[in-house]
Amino acid sequence: MSAFIPRDVDNTLTTVERPPLILGKQSFNAITESVSDVVEGKTKRGWLVFFALALFGLMILGASLSDLVGVGIGEWGLNHPVGWAWDITGFVFWIGIGHAGTLISAILFLFRQKWRTSINRAAEAMTLFAVAAALIYPGFHVGRIWLAYWLLPIPNQMAIWPNFKSPLLWDVFAVSTYGTVSALFWFVGLVPDLATLRDRATTKSRRIAYGIFAMGWRGSHRHWLNYEKAYMILAGLSTPLVLSVHTIVSFDFATSIMPGWHTTIFPPYFVAGAVFSGFAMVVSLMVLVRKAYGLEHLITLRHLENMNKIILATGSMVGYAYAMEFFIAWYSGNVYERYAFINRAFGPYAWAYWTMVSCNVITPQLFWFRKIRTSIPAMFALSIFVNIGMWFERFVIIVTSLHRDYLPSSWGYFRPQIVDITTFIGTFGLFFTLFLVFIRFLPGIAISEVKGVLPIADPHGHDDHHGDEKEVAHG
Amino acid sequence: MAEAKPKVRGKVVAAPTCAAVVGWFETPSALYHACESLRDKGYKDFDAHTPFPVHGLEKAMGLKPSRLPWIVLGGAITGFLTALSMQWWMGGVDYPLNISGKPGFSIQASIPILFELTVLLSAFGTFFGLWGLCGLPKLFDPVMQHPSFHKASDDRFFLSIEAKDPKFDSKTVTELLQKLGAHEVEEVAP
Repeated sequence: MSAFIPRDVDNTLTTVERPPLILGKQSFNAITESVSDVVEGKTKRGWLVFFALALFGLMILGASLSDLVGVGIGEWGLNHPVGWAWDITGFVFWIGIGHAGTLISAILFLFRQKWRTSINRAAEAMTLFAVAAALIYPGFHVGRIWLAYWLLPIPNQMAIWPNFKSPLLWDVFAVSTYGTVSALFWFVGLVPDLATLRDRATTKSRRIAYGIFAMGWRGSHRHWLNYEKAYMILAGLSTPLVLSVHTIVSFDFATSIMPGWHTTIFPPYFVAGAVFSGFAMVVSLMVLVRKAYGLEHLITLRHLENMNKIILATGSMVGYAYAMEFFIAWYSGNVYERYAFINRAFGPYAWAYWTMVSCNVITPQLFWFRKIRTSIPAMFALSIFVNIGMWFERFVIIVTSLHRDYLPSSWGYFRPQIVDITTFIGTFGLFFTLFLVFIRFLPGIAISEVKGVLPIADPHGHDDHHGDEKEVAHG
Repeated sequence: MAEAKPKVRGKVVAAPTCAAVVGWFETPSALYHACESLRDKGYKDFDAHTPFPVHGLEKAMGLKPSRLPWIVLGGAITGFLTALSMQWWMGGVDYPLNISGKPGFSIQASIPILFELTVLLSAFGTFFGLWGLCGLPKLFDPVMQHPSFHKASDDRFFLSIEAKDPKFDSKTVTELLQKLGAHEVEEVAP
């Protein structure tokens, strides 16, 4: 058997035999080495530059939030009739991005899509950091952040309880459950790889730090047996959970009687949009990470191509939902509903609407072409466009529906204030700071899972394999 | 590593007990076959230590399926009942809010939180149940003293036979492991 598959093999071409998932040197040790190198090697200059930029963004967030707490959320451009704008747009934007991580880690796992192993770790990390960025918004929108615990049903001196009939409270439960379960799933996946880093540690501080979090994992098969069951159960729990989270986020709008919000298509449409934007973010990040750390043989072109196919599929669903909203607005015969949609496409926010349509409906259709789907610069550019488009989608849904309600005398036009903009830029700072710290100090690719999908990992084949392990000391 | 070996071996032989005999294989299939023959010879307390879960090894080792799903079911039931009683008592009994004349408690409006808390407590059951069943965190285990054990998380496939096995005899199992093709077969102190 061949123990080496050249790194430049095109594994996006499907032949009768399944193309290999991992290119390059095919030994367990080679996988350990290439992933651990990222963590154990010297800090790269490029990392420092990006980290400095991200920290700058985080400082902008700190300044904006201090201002919001000190002065009040009137600093945001919210007023009648638009009482909800960039804050909830940013919240839905970030939560949506998180969904791709769970889709990769849970749904693709249940579907036995083995290619997920190269990207699931980083995508799950992205989920956690996106949820952290999202939580900034509801957290600070309460105004008096030190009273944010009022969101939870905690016994208090006022002897009152939250309103369990409100979708906003459902959202509190959905998002906090989502964040918690994602973190548990991520940590369970990390433990065997932390053990690898502990066993390779050359300094005492590393051995202690990784050792504590590896919890004494020793790869025992009795443990693996429970571990694989736990992994399967967590995947099974996360799958309906991720669908429920964006469904409940969409209930924030859909259960109101606002024209443009009050629609039953919202739950599936929001979930498809979330997966769409999340995969775009994964593609943007992975293109950079694989290049920066020379991981092109682990995160191969085929992985990226598969993600682009998912972007194409979910992008088409989103486009279908846009069309269907218009159809129903016309078909319902409801004048307010019809006006809301005509106003959306041709009213004062037409510029935002058509930005959304061109980014979300037209852009992903280019992925029908294999040349574009497998071109790194093209997919990077398109993934950025998709994320811009998905931000605009939430903005359009929220602001265009609110700015002209039933009474023309109260119509208005929302303009973001400086703190709206800096808060949003700041959440990118938070997201990228966390992501860069993750990529530097934790294994960005699931070492043990990638080893498991190598052909040599199968105990029932390749008995004669002795690998490239010249360094093995016998006896 | 080569110098350390006689020292370790000498120490272990002098000690009154030894915790296990440990050796390693180069490939998953070699380990798989070794586990099969240990199982067939009637050994019970032996374990494999591998960098990734070797597919089907539990069959070769004769292990029973994990009991974890029962713990998760317990978590799920707890979560469901907690969410139900919480929403019923807080919203329906202790502090009913009259909003658009709707009832304080209704099953329809309770479903999202019922679902979320069921998932949350199932996930806690999975997470803590997993470490509970594995007996982790446990920062030290005798097998970790094997001089090459740090490779168990990299590219070697370890097999350990524990002294508590009724059929355990350090000399016999050492020879047995060597015969099965294990490298660096060593005794480790408790």
